[in-house]
Amino acid sequence: MSHHFEHPRDLWRAKEPRAAYDVVIVGGGGHGLSTAYYLATNHGITNVAVLEKGWLAGGNIARNTTVIRSNYLWDESAAIYEHSLKLWEGLADELDYDLLFDQRGVLNLAHSLHDVREGTRRVNANRLNGVDAEWLDADAVKEFCPIVNTSEDLRYPVLGATLQRRGGIARHEHVAWGYARKATELGVDIVEGCEVTGIDVASGRVRGVQTSRGPIAANRIALVASGHSSVLAEMAGLRLPIQSHPLQALVSELLEQRLGCVVMSGAVHVYVSQAHKGELVLGAGIDSYNSYAQRGSFHIIERQMAAAVELFPLFSRAHVLRTWAGIVDVTPDASPIVGLTPVEGLYVNCGWGTGGFKATPGSGWVLAQTIANDAPDSLNEPFSLERFASGRLIDEHGAAGVAH
Amino acid sequence: MKRLAERGRVDRSRALSFTFDGRSFSGFEGDTLASALLAEGERVVARSVYHGRPRGVFSAGRDEPSAYVQLGEGPRSEPLQQATRVELVAGIVARGLAGVGSLSDEPDTDRYDKLHAHCDVLVIGGGPAGSAAAWAAGRAGARTILLEDEAELGGHLLGVPPSAPDTAARAWLDDKIRELASFAETSVATRTVATGLYDGGTVYALETRKRPGDPASAHRIARRLWQIQAREIVLATGALERPIVFSGNDLPGVMLANAGRAYLNRYGVLCGQQAVVFTTNDSAYAGALELVEAGCRVACIVDTRDDPQGELVARAQAAGVDVRVGSAVAIAHGGSSVEAVDVGRLDGESATAPDLERQECDLLLVSGGWDPQAQLARHVGARVLARPTGGGFSVDVPPRRTALAGACNCTFALSSALLEGIGAGERAAAARGFSAPPEPAPEVDEPLAEAPRPVFFVAPPDGDLSRCYVDLHRDTTAADIKRAVGAGLTSIEHVKRYTSAGTGADQGRTAGVNVAAVTAELLGAPLSEVGLQNARPPTVPVAFAALAGRNRGEMYDPVRVTPIHEWHVEHGAVFEDVGQWKRPWYYPRGDEALDAAVLRECAAVRASVGMIDASTLGKIELRGPDVVEFLNRMYTNAFDTLAVGSCRYGLMCTLDGMVFDDGVVMRVDDERFIATTTTGGAAAVMDWCEEWLQTEWPELEVYVTSVTEQWATVALAGPAARNVLARATGIPLDNGSFPFMAIRDGAVAGIPARVCRVSFSGELAFEINVEGLSGLSLWEALWEAGQPDGIVPYGTESMHALRAEKGYVIVGQETDGTVTPLDLGMGWIVSRKKPQHFVGKRSLGRTDTNRPDRKQLVGLRPTDPSARLPEGAQLVLDPDQPVPMRMVGHVTSSYESAVLGSTFALALLESGSDRNGEIVYAPLVDGAIAAEVTSPVFYDPENERRDG
Repeated sequence: MSHHFEHPRDLWRAKEPRAAYDVVIVGGGGHGLSTAYYLATNHGITNVAVLEKGWLAGGNIARNTTVIRSNYLWDESAAIYEHSLKLWEGLADELDYDLLFDQRGVLNLAHSLHDVREGTRRVNANRLNGVDAEWLDADAVKEFCPIVNTSEDLRYPVLGATLQRRGGIARHEHVAWGYARKATELGVDIVEGCEVTGIDVASGRVRGVQTSRGPIAANRIALVASGHSSVLAEMAGLRLPIQSHPLQALVSELLEQRLGCVVMSGAVHVYVSQAHKGELVLGAGIDSYNSYAQRGSFHIIERQMAAAVELFPLFSRAHVLRTWAGIVDVTPDASPIVGLTPVEGLYVNCGWGTGGFKATPGSGWVLAQTIANDAPDSLNEPFSLERFASGRLIDEHGAAGVAH
Repeated sequence: MKRLAERGRVDRSRALSFTFDGRSFSGFEGDTLASALLAEGERVVARSVYHGRPRGVFSAGRDEPSAYVQLGEGPRSEPLQQATRVELVAGIVARGLAGVGSLSDEPDTDRYDKLHAHCDVLVIGGGPAGSAAAWAAGRAGARTILLEDEAELGGHLLGVPPSAPDTAARAWLDDKIRELASFAETSVATRTVATGLYDGGTVYALETRKRPGDPASAHRIARRLWQIQAREIVLATGALERPIVFSGNDLPGVMLANAGRAYLNRYGVLCGQQAVVFTTNDSAYAGALELVEAGCRVACIVDTRDDPQGELVARAQAAGVDVRVGSAVAIAHGGSSVEAVDVGRLDGESATAPDLERQECDLLLVSGGWDPQAQLARHVGARVLARPTGGGFSVDVPPRRTALAGACNCTFALSSALLEGIGAGERAAAARGFSAPPEPAPEVDEPLAEAPRPVFFVAPPDGDLSRCYVDLHRDTTAADIKRAVGAGLTSIEHVKRYTSAGTGADQGRTAGVNVAAVTAELLGAPLSEVGLQNARPPTVPVAFAALAGRNRGEMYDPVRVTPIHEWHVEHGAVFEDVGQWKRPWYYPRGDEALDAAVLRECAAVRASVGMIDASTLGKIELRGPDVVEFLNRMYTNAFDTLAVGSCRYGLMCTLDGMVFDDGVVMRVDDERFIATTTTGGAAAVMDWCEEWLQTEWPELEVYVTSVTEQWATVALAGPAARNVLARATGIPLDNGSFPFMAIRDGAVAGIPARVCRVSFSGELAFEINVEGLSGLSLWEALWEAGQPDGIVPYGTESMHALRAEKGYVIVGQETDGTVTPLDLGMGWIVSRKKPQHFVGKRSLGRTDTNRPDRKQLVGLRPTDPSARLPEGAQLVLDPDQPVPMRMVGHVTSSYESAVLGSTFALALLESGSDRNGEIVYAPLVDGAIAAEVTSPVFYDPENERRDG
């Protein structure tokens, strides 16, 4: 018999939209809900509506592989993700919801001298930024995660790994529902089945939105709709530097616990963890074409499973139970855009690419700050839209994987 | 329960023994594990995942929610297999599971494969409609593939007596199935299940080739993944019987009505002695009559309908069966198996009147109606609508070039299903230009079915929903759904996540519609508003190994080696993975370690001569009238000024002005160039060129071709390089005839060759390119020619150390996508004169790209000459500052030097070009290393050695 998790008896109640709000948040996903929550708790702003086109938290918050870590290379990224990780560390208590947040450690494997160099660089940068990071050699990798294939016969042998022990996983819908529950308790309106069809702009500032359930006035509007950001921004006349791609993930059937940490590999491209219930949760790279359809191509999955079996021979007879895709918004430097726009009162939070889940608390926290003050927090200031004009990019693609 | 002496398709002459839960049992060829266990009287075969309740066999197919087993032992142990889908083989070992499988530590010894197939018409499902469709398409001449999940065609007819519903119609269908096999362009794949439908007519299917434990198929690969490109698709995926939710509906002995019928007719197994049938429709009556005929007492048929008048109902009544109309089973009682049911009058759609009547039974057959199975259509976005009659959902509009036929299209009568199948097959073939004279479908003499009265959920009079199982596999009860709805949830997707209903390994086949129906009822909303959970591929669980196929071990990714590889192996090279290539990293002598070997190899190059296999460098041939224009747009520097017979180092940027790749570009003719790329970047550069040519500049007539493997390249470097080459060629090699950056064609060691004078070490050097297959001959000839000068082979590590001494960068090591040519001190390569707007030029003009305090390439010499800075070390100005420290750069390359008498490094450093002579620190876990900032050119800054 397995342990069965029970959610609280009360979550949130669907609301009819009112005619006007102080703040309208477009997008009822993880980031939108955390933004509403922090507006209410940190800034006392509760006359807020979260508008969701479909069912609440049904986008990428429901579709990701729940990896949480903060070991980013650049100072700006490390700062915002570390802020987020610190929020994660107190979040279950704060939301009074068991998020199944488990700091079981995140390994990032190195398979080439180039990977080793980049991994070392990252560990050094993390350490000096105050982010926990360790370099493990292949033997230490085996010790930390015995089921990883560290044999030298591997096509790309494991040469070592970075380890962030504070990294881990959480249960995605618990996070979204926890924010939704608290936000509604504080007076935020959650409106489901409410699609934004237009953004009213007059004299350079926002006035409200048109929706499938009628117009809603607001002087401050935040677009927090990953996978659809560029479509929404265009309604306000903004062209965002965003490419939208499908990103697929999958789970296995329920299996006895075998994998006690998160393992990521860039060269043998897959990332995997085992959820508390027992299913293996896996993801890999984005589909290369642009799309808004939440489905991907199966050859990506084939490739990913080959990588999984290569790294974990044990997984050979595990089964893919379910695959799905979310749409990720990718910026030219693979870093998010969080902040003001040229339209007064209109804020964007997008472009988190494949890394949005782990940022859920931090992203909402800084966006709430930005909305409340009509000015960015120091944490999200570097992630401005203007950086694409100035060239002050925060390139998190990592090194290009090229060598003579 | 017992095995009948007759009836069924099992071969009673072939008894098979097997082990279940550590005990021995016996069955027959043709059994499934489930039918054999039932025949042996095993009622409890598994436990439920959360509540630990006993569970038995519930279905006879893919819809099984309960009877899950761990199949096999050791290297072939496979988790979570449906006992209803395990073909019985002598000696197999299985154990019942409680919803959680386990993975074996022993390496999987099976092999897996992939197959790509193309067809005009793909028919999915080999029941009556699908077989008829494939026959119709096949006889028209269309290239047709028919996929069937089971071992033989026939669908639900395999589970009914050979005479049902009509002997003549069955004979007709058998005849067509035989005929199918004779069509030249038709293939029938059994034990092959379609797992997913994707855009553009792509279908994946999983074929089981090896029956677990079967010696007759032991030599085969275990499973094969099909990727099928179909122009037209006919879905004939049938329907599944829907259970009804009531209290105790999960007890062993409670079974889908069609399953009880299939165990009787297909396997000759009587699942009980005294049965109760609970139905909303006519379909369960046929099975009930067959049970009576086989000697089972049918205590009563509980029918939700108030006044059923169908032919089968009349026959049941005539046979003396007690038919209780307008009634429902409210509660099933029992411990490890059903012992009795409480039957009551239906009071409204889902509640029973309080006065219940107890009826003893050891078998309860349930039919809530039939749900069309068209998940495949939903994989590509087809929507479902609530059906006007019959309950459940059906596909609204099928996907492009996809037709639905038979029960998956709500066409349940055999006569109509055959007609629909033939029509769909003919239309699909016609869409591809194939047709044949029509041949009529048979008349089928079958009982006319009356409309069902769908009831999804019967609440017991006491209102206790905690034993009303909506999803047996995930142990979800109506009480759980009530809790979800009570928490405020209204979306079916929320209910799914709150309760986990429908998320199990059975893909929620028996649960899906009932979850929606119970949710709708508890919300007081119509079923059409609640809708159905999303259908996500695959339709059945697929082993990771089957998806990996042959791409495992050595074949996970192709290993690329040069034509000279064997020589490197014979001479003891240690290899490094660079992209897919195996490159010699260093050539140790005896047990020489890396550092010692590199110092020796470098010293030889500086003092005399070394040779390196440079064949892995990407090579792209560019031809066409616009090739110069194209190169000028792609590279930062100009190529219109490059003369034929010369070469030039070139740099490419990305759109944001960052260094993307580099290499030497040779002009071999007016309109013909060969560009070399980095080893790892070759494919990306090729893609990049094609992307610009195809999408942005289609007006340019340029043809790019990868010629990496068509050429083998050997570099000779060192002051004696000219002497060595002169022994092998007649090409004049003196500086006057063959200056730096010139290329010359001629014979080297008798092999036609193109020789370039380029240098990546700073020494006099020649790169000799020959046709790929001659690479080894060239290498060996030069090796011989170099012996008088003590030539050494050197690997990538020495190459890197030598170039670093000269301050030459490696793209991907000194750069990481954030470095401009100017950051590298290579402003000289960014043309300001050429008229073309090259890729990245605009970005190089941005304010941030021109900040003077950007990170720039510098050299570092540790103040302790024996200290070696680790590559990847971060640099700070003050090592004693508190964390977080202000980092000003990082070490990109670091080596010992054979000629400098100290270690040295390259680094990217903030305002680096202004920091010459300053001290920076690399704080490491065990203390900081101090280093002095220097020029990145450590050796021969005047380039005096280049000409030998």
